[in-house]
Amino acid sequence: MWKTIFRRLLLMIPQIIILSILIFIIAEFMPGDPFTGMIDPNVDPAQIDALREQFGLNDPLPVKYVRWVGNALQGDFGRSFNYKTDVLNVIGDRLGNTVRLSLLSTVLTYLIALPLGIFSGRYNDTLFDKGVIIYNFVSFAVPTFVLALLMVFVFGYNLGWFPSRGSIDVQASGFWEESWSRLYHLILPSITTAILGTTSIIQFLRTEIIDAKTSDYVKTARSKGVPIDKVYTRHIFRNASLPIASGFGYTIVNLLTGSIFIERIFNYSGMGNLFIESILSRDYSVIFVLVLFYGILGLIGTLLSDLILMTVDPRIRID
Amino acid sequence: MAVERNLLEINNLKTGFRFGEEYHNAVDGVSLTLKKNEILAIVGESGCGKSTLATSIMGLHDHKNTKITGEILYKDLNLIDLNEKLYNRIRGNDIGMIFQDPLGSLNPLMTIYKQIAEALVYHSDLNEKQIRARVLELLNQVGIPRPEQIMKSYPHELSGGMRQRVVIAIALANKPPIIIADEPTTALDVTIQAQILDLMIDIQNETGSGIILITHDLGVVAQTADRVAVMYAGQIVEEAPVEELFANPKHPYTRSLLNSIPHELEEGEELHVIHGTVPSLQKLPRKGDRFRPRIPWLPDEAFDEDPELTEVAPNHKVRGNSWKHFYFEGEEN
Repeated sequence: MWKTIFRRLLLMIPQIIILSILIFIIAEFMPGDPFTGMIDPNVDPAQIDALREQFGLNDPLPVKYVRWVGNALQGDFGRSFNYKTDVLNVIGDRLGNTVRLSLLSTVLTYLIALPLGIFSGRYNDTLFDKGVIIYNFVSFAVPTFVLALLMVFVFGYNLGWFPSRGSIDVQASGFWEESWSRLYHLILPSITTAILGTTSIIQFLRTEIIDAKTSDYVKTARSKGVPIDKVYTRHIFRNASLPIASGFGYTIVNLLTGSIFIERIFNYSGMGNLFIESILSRDYSVIFVLVLFYGILGLIGTLLSDLILMTVDPRIRID
Repeated sequence: MAVERNLLEINNLKTGFRFGEEYHNAVDGVSLTLKKNEILAIVGESGCGKSTLATSIMGLHDHKNTKITGEILYKDLNLIDLNEKLYNRIRGNDIGMIFQDPLGSLNPLMTIYKQIAEALVYHSDLNEKQIRARVLELLNQVGIPRPEQIMKSYPHELSGGMRQRVVIAIALANKPPIIIADEPTTALDVTIQAQILDLMIDIQNETGSGIILITHDLGVVAQTADRVAVMYAGQIVEEAPVEELFANPKHPYTRSLLNSIPHELEEGEELHVIHGTVPSLQKLPRKGDRFRPRIPWLPDEAFDEDPELTEVAPNHKVRGNSWKHFYFEGEEN
């Protein structure tokens, strides 16, 4: 087990290097640079060129790359052109918000999806099950932005139950007031995310349970005289949870990535929002670190998923 | 000589599956008895209802989509009337079942030990230590080498034959008087098949259980069974002691089955096959002789309106009278 983890971590190093080079090249192809937007008749073009030179934007690609890697290894990931501060500071501010939002969304997703999936799988073809299938179709078919806008419109604007934008009330002061304000701002975006995130979990659980019900090992278990409730808990649910377990590594990693749509529509200051803003303003240093961060998270997610699967499914144990 | 009491008695059992609003019987009026110390083989093609018969005895069908009528009498109980809770006391304790696919019939996520132990915990008050001892004893009984080690392994780590031995160990766990084996050798290599059959005969000699052996393999029947019931389209068409059946087959279906065993063929000689296929449940003719469409060369007079199972010799029952007129195609008498 530990050997596998070590080997996989070692394998990540070349993957990360290749990834960083790719991102660097792609970033170079993007038209414009941080100073493109500043061109106005009152600024001398020569001055902008001087700035470009000063920030090293005119250097050839390999030179830029090597310089960046050298700095990064010393913990300096560059400065954001937009925010005039260290990239890590910019990201750090947003990461907390995103983790809070994703954590609540994920908890809500599983709170909704697990019972629905389990009951509709166990009591399939009942009225309840049909209701769940309809819910699933709808939540799968509705695009994120449509539902998010609808939630903002109905619960934020028309009914006014929840704040529809931002992550905290600026007037909130003191620990408890701030925490409450944060939670209050999380409710709408996290419910929206949860509703959309339940589809695959419910669908997997339901079909896997229905499949497992007719499997031979369930017949064997029932032939032993095992009561049906125990057949479900000991045999069916455990087998049916395998596909969900295999995706759980990504779920953990997704806590850190944030959703562009949700954060944008609820004007929530998180990673997703930062990402799209940096792209629009060509804030290279932020984009670069973010994409690299997402890439590394993806690698860790695969590793986590494999490890989780290895612990729940004995057939996948390697050592 | 004292009359031996039947271990299990099945009377006019009908198991119907629901298609839309209608129920179609996969088992259609089967009556059988099983005695102590006896291996009763049930033979027939795929789809003839033999597995449904087995799962009906075990009560494994869901009540929503299945209708079971008739009697399955065991110890003065009609199993059909039992509720789930009572049935669970019978399952595993009084009737053990062995399934066809030894990989599929073991839970891939549970160790062998846990799966055998599970059969014991619901039927006994054994403590942890006693259960362990019993599991070891069972593994030894079914001929598994290094049981201490195998106990801790998962199904995928064992070979097919070993897995089937584990499945048999599970069925034997509570020393049930009745064992139902549904095609126990079908998924195994021929060499392993013989070992598993020997094992089953050994077990039967040791425990004196009555075994219902469901198979489509007449070779298996000849090796192991005491009595044979041949099933076609949900009904028993012939029933006889094994020597009698092989020496003196009567029903056209039995004779066709025996005739299609490929033995001592001349070079270039074609295999004998039975015309057509077993009809699907919905298309099954419910009136007249059900085997008639597959022996179309016999004249109409050969078939009964409503063929009944009748005793034609001591302990030898045949359905209908078509056998009196039967001949193989091209061998007109």
